[in-house]
Amino acid sequence: MRAFLRMGNRLLFYLLVVFVVVYSVFPFYWAVISSFKPSDALFASNPSLLPLPFTLDHYRNVFIQANFGRNLLNSLMVAGGATLLSLTLGVLAAYALGRLPFPPKNAVLYLVLAMTMFPQIAVLGGLFMLLRQAGLFNTHLGLILSYLLFTLPFTVWVLVGYFKGLPRELEEAAYVDGATPLQTLVRIMLPLTGPGLVTTGLLAFIAAWNEYLFALTFTVGDKVKTVPPAIASFGGATPFEIPWGSIMAASVVVTVPLVVLVLIFQQRIVAGLTAGAVKG
Amino acid sequence: MLTQRQVRLAWLLVLPTLLVVVLVAGYPLAQVFYWSFFRADIAFVEPPEFVGFKNYLYLLQDPDFRQALWNTVKFTVVSVSLETLLGLAIALIIHSNFKGRGLVRTAILIPWAIPTVVSAKMWQWMLHDVYGIINILGVKLGILSQKVAFLARPELVLPAIIAVDVWKTTPFMALLLLAGLQLIPEELYEAASIDGANRWQQFWAITLPLLTPALVVALIFRTLDALRVFDVIFVMSGVNPATRTLAVYNRQTLIDFQDLGYGSAISVAILLLIFLFVVVYMRTLGREALR
Repeated sequence: MRAFLRMGNRLLFYLLVVFVVVYSVFPFYWAVISSFKPSDALFASNPSLLPLPFTLDHYRNVFIQANFGRNLLNSLMVAGGATLLSLTLGVLAAYALGRLPFPPKNAVLYLVLAMTMFPQIAVLGGLFMLLRQAGLFNTHLGLILSYLLFTLPFTVWVLVGYFKGLPRELEEAAYVDGATPLQTLVRIMLPLTGPGLVTTGLLAFIAAWNEYLFALTFTVGDKVKTVPPAIASFGGATPFEIPWGSIMAASVVVTVPLVVLVLIFQQRIVAGLTAGAVKG
Repeated sequence: MLTQRQVRLAWLLVLPTLLVVVLVAGYPLAQVFYWSFFRADIAFVEPPEFVGFKNYLYLLQDPDFRQALWNTVKFTVVSVSLETLLGLAIALIIHSNFKGRGLVRTAILIPWAIPTVVSAKMWQWMLHDVYGIINILGVKLGILSQKVAFLARPELVLPAIIAVDVWKTTPFMALLLLAGLQLIPEELYEAASIDGANRWQQFWAITLPLLTPALVVALIFRTLDALRVFDVIFVMSGVNPATRTLAVYNRQTLIDFQDLGYGSAISVAILLLIFLFVVVYMRTLGREALR
């Protein structure tokens, strides 16, 4: 009886596991399937769970009829630019905050922490006017600068943690050998924080890649528009016709690189996410 | 000597970051505070006029603002509660020893990695009133008596959007809680087993108390996110009053209505709300976590 009960428990447990996996994966699976189905199969009353019949039409549509290639390029430039800028500035600041004698250290750290909790919407109007006054409205640089609002504090916060974790002796040895603090940073500390840089950069990139509110508000037309607002506003030939197949194709195109990155860097992302949060 | 040079270097290294903070947060924020006391449009078509606290007084009696506040509170309370319960369950599942736990952890990372806009669109398609898979399967399996227009019925649209948010953000919760679970020493459970405590008792006496710090941090993060929610709401139902949250209403006022003065006042109100929440949370839960 007991063994029976245990087996039942085990079965129930695995059913739960299957449920969690299906729940997590199915919506994306369904988007992929839908992106490969011709329109009439999409609107069937009894849709197949497999992409049958199969077509690449929606992908062709997205890249030829819509300006999606342009949007992708914009997303790459903006997210890449924001990531590189945040890492560069973030490393310098984090080294000073984590390693050097700096009297207002705590004040700056609190400021950075406060900014990670800052609601983007609260500065929307101010940033909108600032970008327009500076002639940066609807430019890549303008969008990159506005993204620093959330990528930079996060980068600094996580990197300070990495720098603090390195042993004191390394630095002292370098100083004894006559290295300046800047040389110590570049030659000794930076190579050691490599994995931290990759994780932080990846998380900053994903955050910028997925950003919607600023991209929607600070761009006009397709010149600078990134993928999220482009997908959100995908229209059909008429206002009544929503091109679900194309929307799903575009969704798959932007999501696949992210999912691949996440699968490759799984361990690091989980570590970085929890480090960023747990230390907060 | 060396120290003084180091302090100077530290200032030099922190300076660019501080400049950016002033530029993208400090200055815009000051502008928002300033203009909240004016009647002004965002393109300054007409000369701005100082009106004192008029925008704030209007805020207190604006039914749209009240509705947006109420929507935000409903969204936050329901989505964060569900995400916490579900996240805790998933974290406990992954934390127990079984074949394929790596697979589960990978699977739950997928919703996390998907851009919010994309997840909103994916679910919009799945919730489609005629061709959506949820309606088709629901009717076929007898769960739904007939197809439901989830995103058109005023009483269903917010719950539907909450369901999408829960799907997208529960993984984050689960990962944070999993990290917390992994910090609990295994010996405690062994000792409890020897003393004859069953799984359920162990959960209440060991797991939950020791998980509290991680739980508090996760709650703070998620609540802050939920209070400023914009993407999922705006993509799935635009400025529909039934779902319009503070952030959506704020953007509509500033950009669509071009009302810089009143829009800025709403921004200040959102900031105050978030500040208030942080203080209350830190005071009550934070102290408990630090004990």
